Amino acid sequence: MPSDLAEIVDDFQALSEQERLELLLEFSDSLPDLPERLADHPELLEQVVECQSPLFLTLEVADDADQTVRLYFSAPAEAPTTRGFASVLHEGLNGKPAADILAVPDDMPDALGLTRAITPLRMRGMTAMLGRIKRKINEALAA
Amino acid sequence: MPVAADANQKFSAYAHPERLVTTSWLAEHLGDEGLVVVESDEDILLYDSGHIPGAVKIDWHTELNDDVTRDYVDGAGFAHLMRAKGIRREDTVVIYGDKSNWWAAYALWVFSLFGHDDVRLLDGGRDKWIAEGRELTREKPQPRSVDYPVVERDDTKIRAYKEDVLAHLGRGPLIDVRSPEEYSGERTHMPAYPEEGALRGGHIPSAASVPWAKAAAEDSTFKSRAELEEVYLAGAGLREGDDVVAYCRIGERSSHTWFVLTHLLGFEHVKNYDGSWTEWGNAVRVPIVKGTEPGDAPAQAGA
Repeated sequence: MPSDLAEIVDDFQALSEQERLELLLEFSDSLPDLPERLADHPELLEQVVECQSPLFLTLEVADDADQTVRLYFSAPAEAPTTRGFASVLHEGLNGKPAADILAVPDDMPDALGLTRAITPLRMRGMTAMLGRIKRKINEALAA
Repeated sequence: MPVAADANQKFSAYAHPERLVTTSWLAEHLGDEGLVVVESDEDILLYDSGHIPGAVKIDWHTELNDDVTRDYVDGAGFAHLMRAKGIRREDTVVIYGDKSNWWAAYALWVFSLFGHDDVRLLDGGRDKWIAEGRELTREKPQPRSVDYPVVERDDTKIRAYKEDVLAHLGRGPLIDVRSPEEYSGERTHMPAYPEEGALRGGHIPSAASVPWAKAAAEDSTFKSRAELEEVYLAGAGLREGDDVVAYCRIGERSSHTWFVLTHLLGFEHVKNYDGSWTEWGNAVRVPIVKGTEPGDAPAQAGA
């Protein structure tokens, strides 16, 4: 797992359940806005339908030795848990080599320690977000 | 009823107008002695991202449900929860939430299982409050120290178990409030929602399809009495005095319909089947119907 993401997981693990939710809210608040070229073209983003709230994402894989990945997310303010998780993935994975992201364990969302507080349905949406990112990277690499 | 009812004109046509308050009424009464405002949402972080000043949060998933049994908390658990939220037995409780008050209606229904006398919904819920540009805060209130008696839950009047629904088949109307695709069996979960583990798709025999949203207006408020009568009486064929059972997938959307039938249209015998499709669609030896027609109820043994 990339060290930035591993650190975030450690941060969550060190907290009580209530504090974990507060940290997730901080992540939700800090999800960066889409760059203008994407904000003006929502059709360039893909909806993760497994999420209970609207969540759109896209990514770009750079043509460099590391195949550096840039991640872009969009989720409304009324969906703070979904935004929060998108923000965790953004902070932990943005700018990392494609191979490192593909190596993130599929059950990484469970490691945040939120499975009791958040319904299974929503946890599945989060897992789907990570799965979607990996699939899109694979598609980009194959293209 | 310690806090006077909202005398709004729209509500006066409803059977129990005292069960609803408007956003403007709530804005005027915030801080009134004897009034507690509760937010109950699907998204557990939504309250924390900003709520009506003074409102406390109740989490349907972790606070209304028992930890180990698939059931609601018991009398002691409910009393404990009420004390923690600063709610006394005689208080007026106004509940609001996201998604046209689905979870707010669900919380209200659970309050009703414990016979909490004065519990109301904010018409239009969280969305309307925000659309009107009203104040939100992230500041969490410190609930006052109060007592709440241990009252045993009464499941007999407004809650149906699977056995009750089986006995109800052919004897009274059923309302299925899920989406048309869930009703027909084309899919076993809500559009845009992930699979939640029902083995079979379809509906309970003889159930009429009335998606919950038919009771809600564009701005998340409830439709007028005349519009609701059009949907449930003319449309779904309910008649005055009917014993009705409503269900959905896990009982939250059908709480919304239970509220409409009971408090807005005045049906006195409405039960919410909270086991809903996640139980019925997986249960052994219970009948289902696939397709868009209600289908016939199977003959009752001994009937």
